Amino acid sequence: MQWESSEARFQEKIDQEIKIEPKDWMPEKYRQTLIRQISQHAHSECVGMLPEANWITRAPSLRRKAILIAKVQDEAGHGLYLYSAAETLGISRDEMYDQLHSGKAKYSSIFNYPTLTWADMGAIGWLVDGAAIMNQVPLCRTSYGPYARAMVRICKEESFHQRQGFELLLHLSKGNEAQRRMCQDAINRWWWPSIMMFGPTDDASPNTQQSMKWKIKRFTNDELRQKFIDVCAEQVKFLGMTLPDPDLKWNEERGHYDFGTINWEEFWQVIGGNGPCNQQRLDTRKKAWEEGAWVREAAAAYAEKKKARTPVQQIA
Amino acid sequence: MSQTMIQYEGKIAQIVQEDPMLQFLLYAGDNALITGHRCSEWCGHGPILEQDIAISNIALDYIGAARNFYQLAATRIQAKDPSLEVTEDTLAYLRDAWDFKNLLIAELPNGDWAQTTIRVYFISSFQWLFYQQLTQSSDADVAAIAEKTLKEVKYHLRWSREWVIRLGDGTEESAKRLRQALTFLWPFTGEAFKEASYETATSSATTIQLAKLHELWKQELQEVFAEAGLEVPTQQAFQSGGKTGKHTEYLGYILAEMQFLQRAYPGASW
Ligand SMILES: [Fe+2]
Ligand SMILES: [Fe+2]
Repeated sequence: MQWESSEARFQEKIDQEIKIEPKDWMPEKYRQTLIRQISQHAHSECVGMLPEANWITRAPSLRRKAILIAKVQDEAGHGLYLYSAAETLGISRDEMYDQLHSGKAKYSSIFNYPTLTWADMGAIGWLVDGAAIMNQVPLCRTSYGPYARAMVRICKEESFHQRQGFELLLHLSKGNEAQRRMCQDAINRWWWPSIMMFGPTDDASPNTQQSMKWKIKRFTNDELRQKFIDVCAEQVKFLGMTLPDPDLKWNEERGHYDFGTINWEEFWQVIGGNGPCNQQRLDTRKKAWEEGAWVREAAAAYAEKKKARTPVQQIA
Repeated sequence: MSQTMIQYEGKIAQIVQEDPMLQFLLYAGDNALITGHRCSEWCGHGPILEQDIAISNIALDYIGAARNFYQLAATRIQAKDPSLEVTEDTLAYLRDAWDFKNLLIAELPNGDWAQTTIRVYFISSFQWLFYQQLTQSSDADVAAIAEKTLKEVKYHLRWSREWVIRLGDGTEESAKRLRQALTFLWPFTGEAFKEASYETATSSATTIQLAKLHELWKQELQEVFAEAGLEVPTQQAFQSGGKTGKHTEYLGYILAEMQFLQRAYPGASW
């Protein structure tokens, strides 16, 4: 059958590590999985601007202010690359925005937590961008070409963000008592949500097998989470701080850190819309979008007028 | 641990008080910082993702320009009294509103996208002329900052000019909003051209001739407003005070937010 042979050829390409490009045949489910994943990723970049943009006007030095603006701006750029990558699969940016605003499309739950002190700018860089990198580095080799190429650019910037975040915390950790307290408090609040960023455990993640077969994903959620915890458990020592997990302990036999039980109830609650800032984040995005409608209309109207005038000018 | 930040009040304020060139540097730095602050408020809230990036970029340029002016001022203050610890952050974070010299137009609220873009247009069209002259300054440090900033201002001007024209010639609503923004901002557009005492005192070094800039600026406005379908208002642009430290109520709130951490944890290094 025609369909079967297309499918077989597709899988053959995947197995040979040949990138799938926009014009290539692909199973509908592959396309849909990618649209869901890439748009969700794009939305995360955009919604993710908010908790940090929150602190731009309060940054405590001009140097930190400049770094923070540049970082948030990078995230907007990531959103752009990813929306463009998703568009190659036949969905428009406006459709994706609609899905975000209606609540149909998700974004990373981590951004539904509030940024309460300046130290959160460091904790987000170190832990949230750090977890994002763990997830995203393998995506640079993901099977869909435009997505993989977008991820290469994004990962370079994310690792920069992570270093900046760690450096911010390091500075606080050497500061006065209030700053050290701020530093520990931010780590305490961001640690568990960060390790939840890797998603549910493998046995609760039904799509993982198919995504691995299609090489959209290369490692399972649990593998990546373990890797992240192993790295952070060492890094936190440089800060002279602790991770808020009494069960965190090096396991010689496994060659990994053991860690405590994740509060999955909280995870599902936040995904379900009941996190501390779900409503606020979505409302902010919707407000920006709705209040920008007249601007987009004006820009479109002007572009139309200009196009209509151009030939006249050329003759003149 | 790095230096404890001392207060601005007292010795530093006195050194600035006695040196018009330092006041001029603060004037230029404050304009950049406060304009940048307002632009940065858009970050994450822009009407179009590309424009969110553009205005954040402009904010970043302004903060960068502010840092250049403050760093130069700080170095010079310290040269006068090496016992003082003065940094760019002393100047940004430890001065109160009455010591800020920025133009009032920079501190007004963002309003909508029309008000924001035409404000950037007013400021950058002035700065485009201002920095061009300043590149001729006999003060080599100042001329170098002007040279660098001018490249950025060129982009800000192009970007904001395009938005003024686009909104003026876009839809009925955008044209209406632009006219409203113009009415609101116009009274504040004259201040840049009213010479403050520190400008008079430094004019031979800066080479800035405000009367000449004003003429050139009016020409710029005529051209762009014609394309945007806007009338250049004939009323006097009477609002002023920022250059000499008499601000609107808005600046106090900007500083309360901006300086909060430095004020809450005196002497901490960030
Ligand atoms: Fe990002
Ligand atoms: Fe990032």
